Amino acid sequence: MSMHRIYRSIPAALLLILSLTAPARATQLAEREMLPNGMVILHTARHSVPMVSVVMAIKAGSISEPPAKAGLAYLTAALLNEGTQQRTSREISEAIEFVGGSLSASAGDDYTTASLTVLKKDIELGFNLLSDIVLHPAFREEEIARKKRITMNWLIQQQEDPGAVASIDFARAVYGDHPYGRQVQGTVDSIPTITRQDLIDFHGSYFAPNNTIVSVVGDISREELKLLLGKYFGNWQEKKIPELVLPDIAPKQAPSVIKVDKDLTQTNIILGHLGMSRMNPDYYAVIVMNYILGGGGFASRLVDNIRDNRGLAYDVHSYFDVNRFSGSFQAVLQTKNESANTAIAEVITEMKRMRAEKVSDRELSDAQSYLTGSFPLRIDSNSKIAGFNLAVEYYGLGLDYIDRYPSIINAVTKEDILRVARKYLDPANYVLVVVGNLAKADLQY
Amino acid sequence: MKTICVIPVLCILLFAATAFSLPVNEYLLDNGLKVLILEDHKAPTATFQVWYRVGSRDEKSGKTGLSHLLEHMMFKGTKEHGPKTFSQAIQRAGGMDNAFTSRDYTGYFELLASDRISMPIGLEADRMQNLVLTRDAVLSERDVVTEERRLRTEDDPQSFVFEEVMAATFKNHPYRRPVIGWMSDLRALNPQDLAEHYRAYYAPNNAVIIVVGDVDQKQIMEKIRTSFGSIPAGPPIPAMTSVEDEQKGERRVYVKKEAELPYIMIAYKVPNIVHEDGFALDVLGNILSDGKSSRLYRALVYDQQIALSAWASYEGLYKDPFVFLAGATAAQGKKIEDVERSLLDEIEKIKDTPPDGQEVQRAKNQVEASFVMQQDSIYMQARTLGSFEMTVGWKFVDTYLDGIRKVTADDVRRVARKNLIDEMKTTGILIPLPKEKGL
Repeated sequence: MSMHRIYRSIPAALLLILSLTAPARATQLAEREMLPNGMVILHTARHSVPMVSVVMAIKAGSISEPPAKAGLAYLTAALLNEGTQQRTSREISEAIEFVGGSLSASAGDDYTTASLTVLKKDIELGFNLLSDIVLHPAFREEEIARKKRITMNWLIQQQEDPGAVASIDFARAVYGDHPYGRQVQGTVDSIPTITRQDLIDFHGSYFAPNNTIVSVVGDISREELKLLLGKYFGNWQEKKIPELVLPDIAPKQAPSVIKVDKDLTQTNIILGHLGMSRMNPDYYAVIVMNYILGGGGFASRLVDNIRDNRGLAYDVHSYFDVNRFSGSFQAVLQTKNESANTAIAEVITEMKRMRAEKVSDRELSDAQSYLTGSFPLRIDSNSKIAGFNLAVEYYGLGLDYIDRYPSIINAVTKEDILRVARKYLDPANYVLVVVGNLAKADLQY
Repeated sequence: MKTICVIPVLCILLFAATAFSLPVNEYLLDNGLKVLILEDHKAPTATFQVWYRVGSRDEKSGKTGLSHLLEHMMFKGTKEHGPKTFSQAIQRAGGMDNAFTSRDYTGYFELLASDRISMPIGLEADRMQNLVLTRDAVLSERDVVTEERRLRTEDDPQSFVFEEVMAATFKNHPYRRPVIGWMSDLRALNPQDLAEHYRAYYAPNNAVIIVVGDVDQKQIMEKIRTSFGSIPAGPPIPAMTSVEDEQKGERRVYVKKEAELPYIMIAYKVPNIVHEDGFALDVLGNILSDGKSSRLYRALVYDQQIALSAWASYEGLYKDPFVFLAGATAAQGKKIEDVERSLLDEIEKIKDTPPDGQEVQRAKNQVEASFVMQQDSIYMQARTLGSFEMTVGWKFVDTYLDGIRKVTADDVRRVARKNLIDEMKTTGILIPLPKEKGL
């Protein structure tokens, strides 16, 4: 598959599902249970390797923070394992690293994850640490200052990555004031304004069992898991979660072009527009359509045209970046500055062709057989299953999702594809971002 | 697709902390083709891989990038199967395929539901012997690879430094050359070069098949014999005879390029993993670099706050002696000279005082845990098996884990004193140039 380069901070677990879901066997993968405090548990026992993976998703991300405090959700998550009331940052890292485990936390647009992977023999230590960092972070001033500095440096260094620069500018142009329009990490201006009290308040408001999904996969029985959850999360109290208020996003009425001049040999191009929410019923027809357009690697039209036939790019792909509340469509490529105009023209041509005529029988059946037939590969490891279970719960897909998926995909028709192409691809009112040597690119857009 | 491992940090994660002791079965066909099969039935999936013992190490001056371009061409069709069909056939079966080229080897893999795993066998056998290299296809794919080079190296300041450091570290050994090739070489590669390279190195006696996953080895061996057994062995494989000359003093290179933060990368020439220093060098890399409790993170990032990131890695899984790397990205406003001094201070500390027992034990625990955890992925198991087989032989995997367990704190100090010395050192520094005025 050509590289997927996605810079907006979508938790990796979710990406798996968003980009390529596809079940095909009649088994219920996980057992689901809601604890008395409202925490939802998903459990898949797999005893083949003596290890356990845990992913906790707390439904608070950059969408939950005030615009002036951009980066608050990110900083809150990043500070979780930098000290608790009982442990220093150093004690946490030494404890988990001594047993060869991993413990991390990060915030995305829609939610925050805290992840643990340990050998079976260290599961007690692992839950102890996980519960400590999620429930009792200390937010010490010196750690806050340190993490702010690292984050701001990271934002500066990110400017060295032309793909990241393009992606950031694209999101800002498409989403405007909506939280999806800003970087989860915040900005060099917003980060300094975040105070210790902001962090305590954010954690206090959103980190609650009734706002949390826990996905556990590995060498652990249901009974063992229940004991650990009771011991380490049993006293976590339910609370009322603030309601989310999000601004509307208006689709563009004309093309808008953003140009960034850098001394580069390639022009990095993103062409796209608003997309769709994961909850949209057209989602499935859209992923089949996009597989044919630019999501299907060497089976896609964009690769065939721009890479295979013209030799213009190494990586060219398109995808629908779906979130809980909205999403975007993006066609992404990099080409030598001199061929930027041609490559952009071909992307637009392929979008138009998708809207003008039905796909062939072969294209449709190939897309369907890939999407359904590749399902076993999506759930063949602990970490993949943990992410899958989490997405099924978060998007309310239902535990029978695996059984339903093939028939949903196989029900998509050529007419559906034409309909969703016309509805969700807009080759006229796009946002085009180009980052490259503009003198050499000599853009006609 | 058709990716290569040029970013050192990523490669390191793959190799630095891997080991296993698994029920691998080895078969040898009459034509010299080796087959390694590891049955693993925890999920109904499997991977089929063909690895060739050829990489940029086998290339000549003026022809760099040949192995990697040939890797791309392997997806362009054979006499029987036309262009553009390989990956499409795999995807139609719900599978994924890709390939990678390194200094020492080139590998091709497919991942599929296990009931379809025999599907790529015939296709792989076909492209081992019947590749079609048309002029148009070669020229077009050459353009694709130049785009790949722009993406990975030309426009990525830290990758660019890595390439410069390697070119300065090695004087006469082909490890000095980038896997993807120099731009001017790429532009001049022609179908004839590729055909010769293909004929010289793509033969059963220079290949290893690796199968990991939910397979029945008797059944799959039968299919492998049917498809590959009749391919005649090729002529003897050309030997690469270059041996790196002794270095007589530190080398330094500077890269001035549009960038945001200064960066330093230090390479020490060191022996590979089969050498008596190998295991202790691996533990040393771990103590310096693995996690937030490691020395470089603790000193440069956490305590002194002069770096955004700091790391080290022993690159021991190579055919010939390669490098021990250390590097750091300066924090904004910090001088790269100070970052360099701090980095070297940490190395000097280990040469001075052996690490404490806790640190050595942590490194060993991390290696052992990652050995267990990688068994969660059939792909990772196959990659590890293959990269050992291509460099030091797959059986060394067992020796490896045992060797790591025996390393002592004194060993770590000894190998640091012996190997991390100025005479073996090449330092590369990125000096960011201010942005030119925008339009």
